[in-house]
Amino acid sequence: MTGLTMPAPDAATMSRRAEIVADMRIIVPGEGVVEAEHAMRAFESDGLTAYRQLPLVVVLPETTAQVSRILKYCSERNIRVVPRGSGTSLSGGALPLEDAVLLVMSRFNRILDIDYANRTVVAQPGVTNLGITKAVEAEGFYYAPDPSSQIACSIGGNVAENSGGVHCLKYGLTSNNVLGIEMVLIDGEVIRLGGKHLDSESYDLLGLMTGSEGLLGVVTEVTVRILQKPEAARALLIGFPTSEQGGQCVADIIGAGIIPGGMEMMDRPAIHAAEAFVHAGYPMDVEALLIVELDGPMAEIDHLIGEVERLAAQNGSTTCRISQSDEERAIFWAGRKAAFPAVGRISPDYYCMDGTIPRKELPTVLARMRELSEQYGLGVANVFHAGDGNLHPLILYDANKQGQLEKAEAFGADILRLCVEVGGVLTGEHGVGVEKRDLMPEMFTEIDLNQQIRVKCAFDPDHLLNPGKVFPQLHRCAELGRMHIHRGQVPFPDIPRF
Amino acid sequence: MTTFTPASAAEVLDAVSWAVSEETPLEILGHGSKRDIGRPAQTEHAIDMSGLAGVTLYEPEELVLSARAGTPLAEIEALLKEHRQELAFEPMDYGPLLGGEEGRGTIGGTLAANLSGPRRLKSGAARDHILGIHAVSGRGEAFKSGGRVVKNVTGYDLSKGMAGSWGTLAVLTDVTFKVLPAAETEKTFVLRGLDDGPAAFAMAAAMGSSAEISSAAHLPRSVTGRVLDGALKGGASTLLRLEGFGPSVEYRLRTLTGLLASQGETEVLDEAQSRQVWREIRDCKPYADGTQRPVWRISMTPSEAYKMVAELRLHAGVDVFYDWQGGLVWARMEAEPQAEGIRALIAHFGGGHATLVRAPASYRASGAVFQPQPPALGALSRRLKEQFDPAGILNPGRMN
Repeated sequence: MTGLTMPAPDAATMSRRAEIVADMRIIVPGEGVVEAEHAMRAFESDGLTAYRQLPLVVVLPETTAQVSRILKYCSERNIRVVPRGSGTSLSGGALPLEDAVLLVMSRFNRILDIDYANRTVVAQPGVTNLGITKAVEAEGFYYAPDPSSQIACSIGGNVAENSGGVHCLKYGLTSNNVLGIEMVLIDGEVIRLGGKHLDSESYDLLGLMTGSEGLLGVVTEVTVRILQKPEAARALLIGFPTSEQGGQCVADIIGAGIIPGGMEMMDRPAIHAAEAFVHAGYPMDVEALLIVELDGPMAEIDHLIGEVERLAAQNGSTTCRISQSDEERAIFWAGRKAAFPAVGRISPDYYCMDGTIPRKELPTVLARMRELSEQYGLGVANVFHAGDGNLHPLILYDANKQGQLEKAEAFGADILRLCVEVGGVLTGEHGVGVEKRDLMPEMFTEIDLNQQIRVKCAFDPDHLLNPGKVFPQLHRCAELGRMHIHRGQVPFPDIPRF
Repeated sequence: MTTFTPASAAEVLDAVSWAVSEETPLEILGHGSKRDIGRPAQTEHAIDMSGLAGVTLYEPEELVLSARAGTPLAEIEALLKEHRQELAFEPMDYGPLLGGEEGRGTIGGTLAANLSGPRRLKSGAARDHILGIHAVSGRGEAFKSGGRVVKNVTGYDLSKGMAGSWGTLAVLTDVTFKVLPAAETEKTFVLRGLDDGPAAFAMAAAMGSSAEISSAAHLPRSVTGRVLDGALKGGASTLLRLEGFGPSVEYRLRTLTGLLASQGETEVLDEAQSRQVWREIRDCKPYADGTQRPVWRISMTPSEAYKMVAELRLHAGVDVFYDWQGGLVWARMEAEPQAEGIRALIAHFGGGHATLVRAPASYRASGAVFQPQPPALGALSRRLKEQFDPAGILNPGRMN
């Protein structure tokens, strides 16, 4: 990944920079165009800080009409565009390009409509994820997907990345909670997909847009569904001597028909780092720590807590605490939620991975990861969304030591290959971006990838939106469109007919 | 007329490749249980997928099931039931409404038609549960998308792209769905005698409470006698469904009673009645009347629905009921479909879309079954179709 190749800058665009900046100022008057190098530094990378690049110019539009004019302008002049929300991507999805306009959506920061009867909120894309919950919590509602960056990440970015969070198994990902969007295509056309109603009258373009990482269009408005806050929530903090027992307990809970609101697991290094940081009272002598949160009506929680406790004991838990108050529940979670910064304290740098595996493969994957850890001479701590199989290994390294970043990246790539090998995937919620771009062939054949790129061709035939992301190689749409028809030469299939 | 009956994904690839090379279109069939929705096929040849059947992977503790696309939905539902699991999106059975058999349909057709049921708002549709697919595009290429895990953002979600595509983008060969534990029990709280407007407010109040309603429906007086073998006599019925563990259902029933008892006469349906009535609502049983009278499936903003219906009643002979948590109004027209008028009303009352799921073939042949799209959006949909099926081999015209 350190040898990342991005699309070569377009010399014609670079030479017209002054003219482009001036034209952007006409489209977005006032403070909305940033071109000074020192000011553009703030936008040179996203949450994947190993990569930095100054854009051609930064533009911060305020209206859909401006976005439409910018895209039309760029598409007519063959200028690349990189959309950006809050810049919290962990996969480099918003990494600027030297010859591209960086379209920053942060000034789209208003909530447009709150409809309690239909339980929907219409928000501009720059509103933060948590901002939606904040707007409706007084009435007892919330927005379910809760990526850990929710205080900063934008709802538009959530659509681009199909963001998850710790409550996915029960409440779904972004794609299950977004009802509609307004978006602008690269040619400036404004379209609406969905709305307050459900499903589409034709193809599920909203489903394709969600998780498309800014390569298909620019979202300018989002309609989400909000949920009634559960009446109560309680958590169990359960320690196991082995990860196998922890994993089996998770399987047994689900096997018993229980879908917890959240179910998280940490391994020994993660437990120790978290405990040293937040003093949550985690047991230090266990190999796996499981947090199970049950939410819903009080009567249901009381019923299920006993069930989970029984299943934990049956699987050999050595410790099991049940939260007696919301404060105590928050303490159980504090260590898990602070796991990343906690690991940041025990290592100069860490590299966060994001594979998903079939849950039952967890013990195998952890064991293989320990072997890799020894092989690379780098430590690794694991936090695991146990309910949905999303694994976040945190690889510990020191960027100041020669060659350690490269080693960490190679280790990370091996972990992701391992995830694919056991039936999982490269990324569960952080996105492909530039980070996992070149690993895509581990999971997909050329035919698979070409069919994905053809979807891009339907939206953005000249590949102007966010090039260099997601796909290792973007074939020209004209090339991909060609069909090689050999009339009469296809071997006639010998298949049953009647 | 040639009907291919492939028994493997490779044979599907062969059949589509042949059609591409011959430049001849194919009708894509599962059981044909939804064949009467959309423009009637004009193709000389067909692929019958029902031979490509069988569950290939089912791991209850992993909440995942894979099957060949032609596997009967009923077989999958029976298998899941053995393990106290289900497809939580409750795929509807169009059979009775379309005058066909009950219990037909394949898992591939379930995705291609993006089926859902009265838990739609809470639990989603087929699109929300599909994890991965294998398919053959109209280019004659076998491709895959997604995987077998719930959380996956690796590449574009082409699996979701298949939802509601009615076989016009690719021929599905294998599908992988998320499955979930089935509720231990259920009950239904019924409010009697409400008009459409007050019923809408009662449903909104119930859904906004902590009672965790999984389904809500309003059956006006004309419909209420056509479910539960006529057990709900008399006035309109507003139904609210509670599902889950026994103690939780009882507790929430008390919450609901406290909230709504003042609204009028109430009753409670036991587990068996509750299961029956929601199946009947799911399958639009009140209009499974053996006729070809036009039936609309209207998806629109729930709180606007009764206003739209009030207006519609002024202009046409129509019978309706509301599957509120399915986000639907079902409307049976006494005579003509009145497509333009209905769609204009929906647009006026907050937007949405209407699908003419039942109509005589002669009418369907003229189009207008699926909601037309605004020009820019329609152009995008056509470009998407061309990227999957440039020669127009797969179910051409079905959705036009």
